[in-house]
Amino acid sequence: MNFSISLTVNGVRREVGLDDPRVTLLDLLRERLHLTGTKKGCDRGQCGACTVLVDGRRVNACLALALSQDGAEVLTIEGVARGEQLHPVQAAFIAHDGFQCGFCTPGQIMSAIGLIQEGQAGDDPERVREGMSGNLCRCGAYAGITEAVIEAQENLATPARRRSA
Amino acid sequence: MNAFDYVRPASVAEAIAAAAAPGAAYLAAGTNLLDLMKGGMSRPTRLVDVSRLPGLDRIDHLPDGGVRIGALVRNADLAHDGAFARAYPAIAEALLSGASAQLRNAATVGGNLLQRTRCAYFYDVASHCNKRQPGAGCAARGGENRLHAVLGWSEACIATHPSDFCVPLVALDAVVEIEGRSGRREIALEALHQLPGNTPQRESALEPGDLIVALRLPSEARSFAPHARYLKLRERTSYAFALVSAAAGLRIEDGTIRAARLALGGVAAKPWRARGAEKVLVGARAGDEVFRRAAEAALAEARPSGDNAFKIELARRIVRRALALAAAGTPARVPALPASPFSSAPGALHAV
Repeated sequence: MNFSISLTVNGVRREVGLDDPRVTLLDLLRERLHLTGTKKGCDRGQCGACTVLVDGRRVNACLALALSQDGAEVLTIEGVARGEQLHPVQAAFIAHDGFQCGFCTPGQIMSAIGLIQEGQAGDDPERVREGMSGNLCRCGAYAGITEAVIEAQENLATPARRRSA
Repeated sequence: MNAFDYVRPASVAEAIAAAAAPGAAYLAAGTNLLDLMKGGMSRPTRLVDVSRLPGLDRIDHLPDGGVRIGALVRNADLAHDGAFARAYPAIAEALLSGASAQLRNAATVGGNLLQRTRCAYFYDVASHCNKRQPGAGCAARGGENRLHAVLGWSEACIATHPSDFCVPLVALDAVVEIEGRSGRREIALEALHQLPGNTPQRESALEPGDLIVALRLPSEARSFAPHARYLKLRERTSYAFALVSAAAGLRIEDGTIRAARLALGGVAAKPWRARGAEKVLVGARAGDEVFRRAAEAALAEARPSGDNAFKIELARRIVRRALALAAAGTPARVPALPASPFSSAPGALHAV
């Protein structure tokens, strides 16, 4: 059976033909659209490495059937910077050493962008850690990740200060 | 993952017709089903994608004071709905203590009710499991079973139901609305999940084609809002299933308990309503003496199914503490670590 779906990925509308209904959103991004920034870690919804935003919400791409996402807007790590200008969350991860090997980092950053948009955590490190618990970091860069999320959240909340800094 | 047909019905009636066939399964978010299919625990030959069915994603506060929650409402949206969380704070806390933010953003209300057990032997297709293959035997019974059931289990199956959400729901008399081949019906959530007996493969009262379309809470459920908590003990602070959990709701007047609701999670194949304990509580002065007796009553029938006698004492303590927290009053905001026994102070480290 052949299927065709339409997705807007990082602002670009894509028509994708699928010859197999088993394809997940994660495999579609990596194997069909060659957007390999989104990582396949556990492939079972336990590690968060595959986190992307679907219609503005962070989800595990490995547990989303691609066919079921027909018409969705997907944002991946490849779509967050503006040209050479890093997204404030990316910049904060660098500033705070929020990674070592980097494998979990795209998922961490997409999850952090989602968390900040959800607006539930504020600048409380405990709420940030709880809100980021779906993203595992084998290198244990959690302290830097928490600092980065809080700083990015502050910068996004007060863009004027960021520009003058 | 086995091959399957994919259909996307336009209406509930079409969905029921498509899903009534043998081997068919409903797909909503897929956060549990796709995991089970990848591991070979579930092998549906047809997926009926109900995620776009119209009208099932609303939260309606009813004129009679109750609330009706569409089956496709996302777990996160329900937990963060201000009016809902104020009226049913223990349910919001339970939702936020489950899974991760990514999963809560996707997972639906109906799917949460129907999630499968996390028994490691159910998940290991090389092991014997009466759920996966009726009559095959239960590898958990003589296996690594410290996380398994202490109430309502049978020789055929000692698995537990993993949902947090269902625990306060069953305490608050939630009702499930079902559409099926013979029309619409509703049943108490308490009657949806079934104990294993000799047929652990039959986990719910649903018939082929049955679709959960909504969940309802009666108006009385909101009367517990000032004294309602969910407390969940895990083997790590966040993003873990309950070892044991308890939902407690009290109606207290001048220090006397006028009404009580109590249910336990992580102890049985279904969310476990503790009616005997509720009877102990009603009419008593709120305090540790009666909370202790209620905890004894709640676990009176419990017995270990393996290396898990410790869960019985843990459950008693979680019941006492949940009742004490409920009596102290529902916090204005869900705590930073929802349902956690670790208190959190702003800025504190929780890795203790």
